[in-house]
Amino acid sequence: MANEGIGAAVRRKEDARFLTGRANYTDDINRPGQLYMVLVRSPEAHAELVRIDTAAAEAADGVVAVFTGADLEADGVGGIPCAWAVDHEDGTPMAEPVHPVLAQGRVRHVGDPVVAVIAETKAQARAAAGLVDVEYQPVPAIADVAGAVESDAPQIWDEAPGNICFKFGIGDAEAVDAAFDGAAHVVTLDLVNNRLIPNAIEPRAAIGEFEPTSGEYTLYTTSQNPHVIRLLMGAFVLHIPEHKLRVIAPDVGGAFGSKIFHYAEEALVTWASGKLALPVKWTAERSESFMSDAHGRDHVTHAELALDDEGMFLALRTKTLANLGAYISTFGPAVPTYMHAVLFAGCYTTPVIRAVVHGVFTNTVPVDAYRGAGRPEATFMLERLVDIAARKLGMSRVEIRRKNFIKDFPYQTPVALEYDSGDYGGTLDVALELGSWNDFETRREEARARGKFRGIGLSTFIEACGAAPSALAGQLGARAGLFEVGQVRVHPTGSVTVFTGSHSHGQGHETAFAQIVCEALGMSVDQVDVVHGDTGRVPFGMGTYGSRSLAVGGSAIQKALEKIIAKGKKIAAHMMEASEGDVEFADGQFTVVGTDKSTTFGEVALTAYVPHDYPEGLEPGLDETAFYDPVNFTYPAGAHIAEVEIDPETGVVELVALSAADDVGRIINPMIVEGQMHGGMAQGVGQALLEACRYDDDGQLLTGSYMNYTMPRATNFPFFATGHNITHCTHNPLGVKGVGEVGAIGVPAAVINAVVDALAHLGVEHVDMPATPEKVWRIIQDATA
Amino acid sequence: MPTVSMTVNGKQVSADVEARTLLVEFIREHLDLTGTHVGCDTSQCGACVVHLDGRSVKSCTMLALEADGAEVTTIESLSNGVELHPMQAAFKEHHGLQCGFCTPGVVMSVLDLVSRNPDPSEAEVRDWLEGNLCRCTGYHNIIKSVQAGAAAMGG
Amino acid sequence: MENFEFHGPSTLDQALAAMGAAEDGKFMAGGQSLLPVMKLELAAPSDVISLAGIEALRGIEADGTTVTIGSAVTHAEVHESEAVRQAIPALADMAGGIGDPQVRNRGTIGGAVAHADPAADYPAALVGLGATVVTDRREISAEDFFQGMFDTPLEDDEIITAVRFPVPERAAYAKFANQASGYAIAGVMVASGDAGIRVAVTGAGSCVFRVTAMEEALAADFSAAALQGIAVDSGDLISEPDASAEYRAHLVSVMARRAVEACG
Repeated sequence: MANEGIGAAVRRKEDARFLTGRANYTDDINRPGQLYMVLVRSPEAHAELVRIDTAAAEAADGVVAVFTGADLEADGVGGIPCAWAVDHEDGTPMAEPVHPVLAQGRVRHVGDPVVAVIAETKAQARAAAGLVDVEYQPVPAIADVAGAVESDAPQIWDEAPGNICFKFGIGDAEAVDAAFDGAAHVVTLDLVNNRLIPNAIEPRAAIGEFEPTSGEYTLYTTSQNPHVIRLLMGAFVLHIPEHKLRVIAPDVGGAFGSKIFHYAEEALVTWASGKLALPVKWTAERSESFMSDAHGRDHVTHAELALDDEGMFLALRTKTLANLGAYISTFGPAVPTYMHAVLFAGCYTTPVIRAVVHGVFTNTVPVDAYRGAGRPEATFMLERLVDIAARKLGMSRVEIRRKNFIKDFPYQTPVALEYDSGDYGGTLDVALELGSWNDFETRREEARARGKFRGIGLSTFIEACGAAPSALAGQLGARAGLFEVGQVRVHPTGSVTVFTGSHSHGQGHETAFAQIVCEALGMSVDQVDVVHGDTGRVPFGMGTYGSRSLAVGGSAIQKALEKIIAKGKKIAAHMMEASEGDVEFADGQFTVVGTDKSTTFGEVALTAYVPHDYPEGLEPGLDETAFYDPVNFTYPAGAHIAEVEIDPETGVVELVALSAADDVGRIINPMIVEGQMHGGMAQGVGQALLEACRYDDDGQLLTGSYMNYTMPRATNFPFFATGHNITHCTHNPLGVKGVGEVGAIGVPAAVINAVVDALAHLGVEHVDMPATPEKVWRIIQDATA
Repeated sequence: MPTVSMTVNGKQVSADVEARTLLVEFIREHLDLTGTHVGCDTSQCGACVVHLDGRSVKSCTMLALEADGAEVTTIESLSNGVELHPMQAAFKEHHGLQCGFCTPGVVMSVLDLVSRNPDPSEAEVRDWLEGNLCRCTGYHNIIKSVQAGAAAMGG
Repeated sequence: MENFEFHGPSTLDQALAAMGAAEDGKFMAGGQSLLPVMKLELAAPSDVISLAGIEALRGIEADGTTVTIGSAVTHAEVHESEAVRQAIPALADMAGGIGDPQVRNRGTIGGAVAHADPAADYPAALVGLGATVVTDRREISAEDFFQGMFDTPLEDDEIITAVRFPVPERAAYAKFANQASGYAIAGVMVASGDAGIRVAVTGAGSCVFRVTAMEEALAADFSAAALQGIAVDSGDLISEPDASAEYRAHLVSVMARRAVEACG
């Protein structure tokens, strides 16, 4: 049997259905008698709802129902809840205004849903939506996060004076101030971390279905975490108990964070299916995705780094304004705080750190986790500052990093986290080799001879993922546990079905998780199927985000496997008439230590289900479930190197090389790991060079389609170089850390550091993202004027 | 309602449709061939690419009636689900897909390329993919897959 | 998209008759411009009259001094045409850079010209090469044809049947594309031949335009150096978040120079 266990580049089990058109995405599902929902969304950024006239729409062909916020309110439908509250630093709770499913009284961003029109066909629903007459009384709007905290800014919520949701702070301010006072050098940076739109290629979709005889609702939805949706929507919005609400997230076409959150449309189709006793389907048009999927990033930050004469970091001090959008999204407050500020040590021994983050409401789409979620922002700030410091002190960009690296583990940072393992210097060595760092200057000169400015940039980073120890998360404001569930069901003839609370939307869990089983039980991947994405089949789960699937979900499976083996030993001991303590299990065989007696896993499985001769007191069956709650986050880390060439005539930045060396912990499937790195790297390049969500001063979305929001295309990239320097996580049973986000976290800073390096001879110190042609051209014009 | 007739994946099909029915709607909703996807509304993402008389087109930017009398092939035509087409097999071998949503459109698109250019260079594949967005792979493994698939097809 | 009556005529007369009977008809060739507009409900014609089935609108003819391209010829066919490549390689290259392969497989020269998108490539090619738009009832010089943003002298019931290009001595097209849409921010066709020396710019303004100062400089000395210091007035150009008028003006100079260099 080929080795298909841990470490093997097993080709993906799920690929055949994706490649042949036989996958099952939410929009591929059609239920008998299904109706179609189309939403009337606000064209205004901020307006009072004066009047909603639905009469013409209700009278239109095929229309079954038209619902407004008033209908939902009358039926007791709750607001969309926030799953992670962040207190003000003084301990008072954040401002938490109600986020209605359909707007109540006022709309607060372009795209805010106002009316739901449900008809027999999609075309009828669309036509009728056009007949809904909504009178808006526009009021002043603010989209810009820095503008929203000005004293004369329009106020979005009565309960959030100054548009402040929370004022978060972490770290010892006095100690930091003292360190700055005595520092030999201080470098400062003001930056904007650009707002992004996740843009999974599958638009969101949802189908609600109600079965009147059982009272059971089923929601098919494009979600990364069906159990979380069941919890949030069932308990807080629609008040449906768990046993009457089944949430199915079938094949999901990419997510990158944007499909974590509970969205209004999910509640609407579910609620409406109950009211109408017919299935109700909604599928987003791409233009709706742009104005309703949670956006990412959008920070304005001032940062200062204090150093001694030798280039050792003494203290870091930052203040960030984080745009939360018009409403608090599911994890909106956690992203700029507990996924951002607590990462500010990076890979470095900076002894004292003070970070302040203000969460700010604006008239924009809610902002929440997008691949990397807080950690790309932390890395960008830190790695830009380090480059600026290196130049100021005349040190090499490599040496200043190496000198400040954390070398001893475990390491307690001054901002709450305790890193368990890592080898940052070793990882940097791999990256420098991959990126041919040492002979770069000849390439710079060669490019200059062709009239091009060539630069190279480095970024190192740490991330905290594998969220999260539930007790810690609870202390920090999480309103749910963050464990994961794995169930291993061994069938009578020895094949296995695994049920996982994680959800795959491209990550290849059906293969990687099967490999964990193969490794433990000594079988091949085609004997193992992985089931995910259905609350009716999987016992429980918290879903997939923050690179947690393998570290938490995989660990839960490993724990369940340990239980399977333990029970199998009891059965085998009885079968072989040995004492349980003398039975060992390896390579699919139970053996009695020191004898030639053995039995196969398959025979034990059969005995478990055909217990004709079975140990007393032991339950038949071989089916075990484990809930795994991690004791710490995991800490993947890496070093990324980008090389760019700038055409000074046009400002075009060409990415000529991109290398990533990552410590992602133990690798289950190297092929999948590399693919995950590539995808994150591409999104990192997108943020650095191409992508920007823009609003105008009145809160109108300027980048509402692929005609003006630049998606990375194949021509934007060279082939990537990837490498590893692995240290194992010390606290989970697989030794794994996580890989989904590394590229998105490390690459933006590496690319911009390369752009700045290419322009450094002109005196350029910083370039905000994205480094688009006109922006770069103007910087060059200004510098050479 | 007008009647539209065409050959889809070798089978003659005919239906009464509203004139505004897009080819992709006809394929997904009338024929229940859901391997062809819709990812945008501005003719850019390429998830909906099918072949019309042997050339790749975006089925979201074409009326079903424009395909009257034509031969349409979709991703479902390439394989019975057991034996993969060499291009599909190359995508599996080289991990040229992750979430799979853009994949049918990408595969149909590059088959058009390979039919005209049996041995495309990296740059030619990248250029050709101008009309296909993939958010998962960074395109790296797609390019590798296309070149390997082209070679396997005899290029 | 609003519903409409669809017509698939096989002759020009049938197409004209269908249009005559329609309340608010629209001709459609490849649909790559019209359908997106209709999907956004920015257009809602009562009747859509497809020109794709009219044999008389297909085909490419080259006679040594002119190349005549039927209006229903696709961008891909222009790009791949041996006759076009022999006579006007700049035109074949330009067609190969429109949109993406799938758009090029459907989109037609007639449709693109009739749509008159100010950021499309064909307007620069037609004006730069001194082409003539041939309709079912008259011939219109390219310069008279493109009157403004989406604005042409075509009557509602008038059909472009072909575009006739004089073969230049040399020509090249250089485009700086919007990173998101692929449309030109500044696309410059430079040509010299019987139509004189022409520099035509698309994408930068609200309508394709010629740069007389550059043409005069090139007439005196057909070299990149001759364009040194000649710029268009940014006051006449479009300004957008990703590309200001000033930047576009600069790019026009850069693209013009690159086009001259590519002329060899």
